[in-house]
Amino acid sequence: MGAQLRVYRQKIKSAQTTKKITRAMELISASRIGKAQARAAASSPYSDALTRAVGAVASHSSVDHVLTTEPETISRAAIVIFTSDRGLAGAFNSQVLRQAEELAELLRDEGKDVTWYLVGRKAVGYFSFRQRAFERSWVGGTDNPEFATAQEIAEELLADFGDEAAGGVGEIHLIFNHFVSRITQEPLVRRLLPLSIVEASADDSAEVYPLYEFEPDAETVLDALLPAYIESRIFNAMLDSSASKHAATQKAMKSATDNADKLIRDYTRLANNARQAEITQQISEIVGGADALSSSAQD
Amino acid sequence: MATLNVSVVAADHEVWSGDAEMVVARTVEGQIGILAGHEPMLAILAGGEVRITLPGGEKLTADADGGFLSVDGDMVQIVASQAQLV
Repeated sequence: MGAQLRVYRQKIKSAQTTKKITRAMELISASRIGKAQARAAASSPYSDALTRAVGAVASHSSVDHVLTTEPETISRAAIVIFTSDRGLAGAFNSQVLRQAEELAELLRDEGKDVTWYLVGRKAVGYFSFRQRAFERSWVGGTDNPEFATAQEIAEELLADFGDEAAGGVGEIHLIFNHFVSRITQEPLVRRLLPLSIVEASADDSAEVYPLYEFEPDAETVLDALLPAYIESRIFNAMLDSSASKHAATQKAMKSATDNADKLIRDYTRLANNARQAEITQQISEIVGGADALSSSAQD
Repeated sequence: MATLNVSVVAADHEVWSGDAEMVVARTVEGQIGILAGHEPMLAILAGGEVRITLPGGEKLTADADGGFLSVDGDMVQIVASQAQLV
């Protein structure tokens, strides 16, 4: 076999192996999207109930809570970035990190110091490669978020939120990929704290809450509800991000499979060409040799 | 007799939902029993069990630690980050 032909055959083989892997990853992600979406749907009764309850307390009492009061000046802000633990997901991680940089720029222009909280190995890698400091990170389990992790994050954030004089942060933002569809995932910025509770206004479309009896009283109820509400917001962000990750991986792996197909086709053509050229050359060599022999025999 | 529409909700899934005759829970203020037609209420649960009596008289017990209870019309929601039927 000619050298050229062997090179092409090697390339075809390697593209075929890659294709097998990317195809498998595509199928795995496709099945995980469904699972991740089901988990997000399963957690919605909890967050709905909490949202309703918090709304009911807030609309029926003029309770001032430290988590809902807007400080007059904010000089420190925290950003929580939700990335994934693994790559191979197209622009999934880079778009959320880019969005985070933009937000940080904006906050710095407003005269705020930015501190970072990172979720997912990719964000940690991004920060440690650039040797930038971050407050705390959580890695592992972004494919299948646990509620316990959300609770841990909420606890940490609530502990750091508050008095700026004592080194606390004045506001907290979340950045995560939102699952729009299997094709589209977009980075979303949400301010977590201070909470902006939408007061039941004169707006007809707003839900009218019945006159609740609070036990023991509205302040205590709100005190207990708000941390749970924040946990559930963080958990939702994690679930949303994981569904988006699987969708992004599926899309990236689909195009990788398509590219491998194209490579295989192109290299097969080149290999055929090389094989044909080799055969042609061999024929002309034989014919040339036979001619030389017969002419020397006549002499 | 009117029944209550009860749902027990945990952070990552709905544990149980259905009709019930009575819900007994312990709030931070003390034990409370809820029948149909109860006034709207939001209460913090003091941990421990929530007992649900089904229309047939059968009893269910749910464990809802550190959650809250909301009553609105005949809708009762028992919400806790960790909840399960025992």
